[in-house]
Amino acid sequence: MRRHQVNEYGFWAIGLHWLIALLIFGLLGLGFIMRRTAIDPALQFSLYQWHKSVGLVVLGLAALNGLHWLAARHPAPVPTLGPIERRASLATHLALALLCLVVPVAGWTVASTTPLNIPTFFFELVVIPPLPLGRSEAGEDFWSLVHASTAYLLLALAALHVAAALYHHFVRHDEVLLRMLGRKGPQGGNVRLASPAPQPAPREGRKQ
Amino acid sequence: MKSVAMTLLVLPALLCASAAHAAAPELAQAAGTYDISGSSQIRFTVDQVGGGGINGKFTKFAGRLRIDGNSVGASTVSFTLYPQSVATPEQRMADFLRSSAVFDAEAYPTVTFRSTAVRQTGENTAIVDGMLTARGITHREQFAVRLQNLKGNAIAFNVTGNVYRSRYKMDVGTPIYLNVVKFDMDIRGDRR
Repeated sequence: MRRHQVNEYGFWAIGLHWLIALLIFGLLGLGFIMRRTAIDPALQFSLYQWHKSVGLVVLGLAALNGLHWLAARHPAPVPTLGPIERRASLATHLALALLCLVVPVAGWTVASTTPLNIPTFFFELVVIPPLPLGRSEAGEDFWSLVHASTAYLLLALAALHVAAALYHHFVRHDEVLLRMLGRKGPQGGNVRLASPAPQPAPREGRKQ
Repeated sequence: MKSVAMTLLVLPALLCASAAHAAAPELAQAAGTYDISGSSQIRFTVDQVGGGGINGKFTKFAGRLRIDGNSVGASTVSFTLYPQSVATPEQRMADFLRSSAVFDAEAYPTVTFRSTAVRQTGENTAIVDGMLTARGITHREQFAVRLQNLKGNAIAFNVTGNVYRSRYKMDVGTPIYLNVVKFDMDIRGDRR
C-alpha cells in the first residue's frame, strides 16, 4: 500500500468516502420514497429490493473504510483546529463511521425479523441469508424503529459534517474540504488563516 | 382419507368410461351437474429463492361442473374465483396480491376458467384443458384432476396445476419469487 503524506488522504480513503456518501444519500432518499403509502405497490417492491442490495454494499464499504482507517496512515487534523474542534470532529467522524455500519445492520435485521420473509436477493445474484433471529411483528417494529432513527441520526450528523466542511472551505479557507477532494491545501495556510478576514491568496493555492 | 375403503371400492369404476364391465352404471351414478361448494379449498404456493415461499388461498369462488354420463370427455367445468378474497398468513402479502401489482382486484374482480377439453388418463384421473382469464388476459392452461370421493350427491376432486403468472402480467417480484404458481385445490361439488 502506498504510504501517504501525513497531510493528505490517499486514493482509497477519498474514494470510499465519496462512494459511501453518494450511496447513503441515495439510500436515505430511497428509504423515504419507498415508505410512502401512496406509491405504486410494484414500484415499492422494487425500491425495497434495491434499498436492501445497496444497503449491503454500504455495509461492505463501511467495513472496508473502517479497516482502512485502522490499517493505513491517516492525516493529522488540520493545524488550525482548536482542541474542542479536534475533539468534535473526531467524535463526529467516529459516530459517522459507526452509523455507516449500524444503520445497514439494523436494516438487515428488519429484513431478518419481519414475518413478510422476503428473501434478500443481492442484485438478483446471490441470496443473503437472514440474521439468525426470530420473525415477529414486534421484532420487525422494533428494528424498523432502530433502523429509521439511526438513519435520521446519520442524516443529521452528515448534515453537520457537510456544514462543517463548507464552513472550513468558504469561511475559514483551510484545506479541510480540499484534501478530501484530493487536492493539497494552501501551503502554510494555518498562518494566513489564523486571521478571520478572508484573503484572496489561498484561492490561488488551491489549484496546486 | 376418511372413507378410503369406500373410495377404493367405488372409484376404479367411476370415471373409467372405457372399462366396459360395470363401469356404465357407476358413471351414470356420478353423471350430473354439480355446484362447486364453498367448502372447497383453493390453495396455491409460489416458491421463493433460498427456500420457502408464499402459501395462499382463495376463500370466495363459484363454479359448476357437469359430468357426462356417456363420455367423460364431454364433461365440462367452469370456475370463477374472486381475487379480492385472497388470503395469506401475512396480511400485507395478501394486500399486495390484491393490489395493482398482482391481481388488480378492483379493476379485474374475477379470474375465470372455462374447460375446453377433458381427457381421462386413468381409472380416477383426468386432464382438463381450458381457458384461464386473469387481468383480462386469456391463456390455455391445464389441470390434473383426481376423483377422490363420491357419496350421495357430493363429489370431491383434487385438482393440481402450474400457472406461469408472467402470462397474465403478474410477474412482479421475479426472480425473488418464482414465475410458477402451483395450485392445489380440493374441489367439492354438490349435485344440483
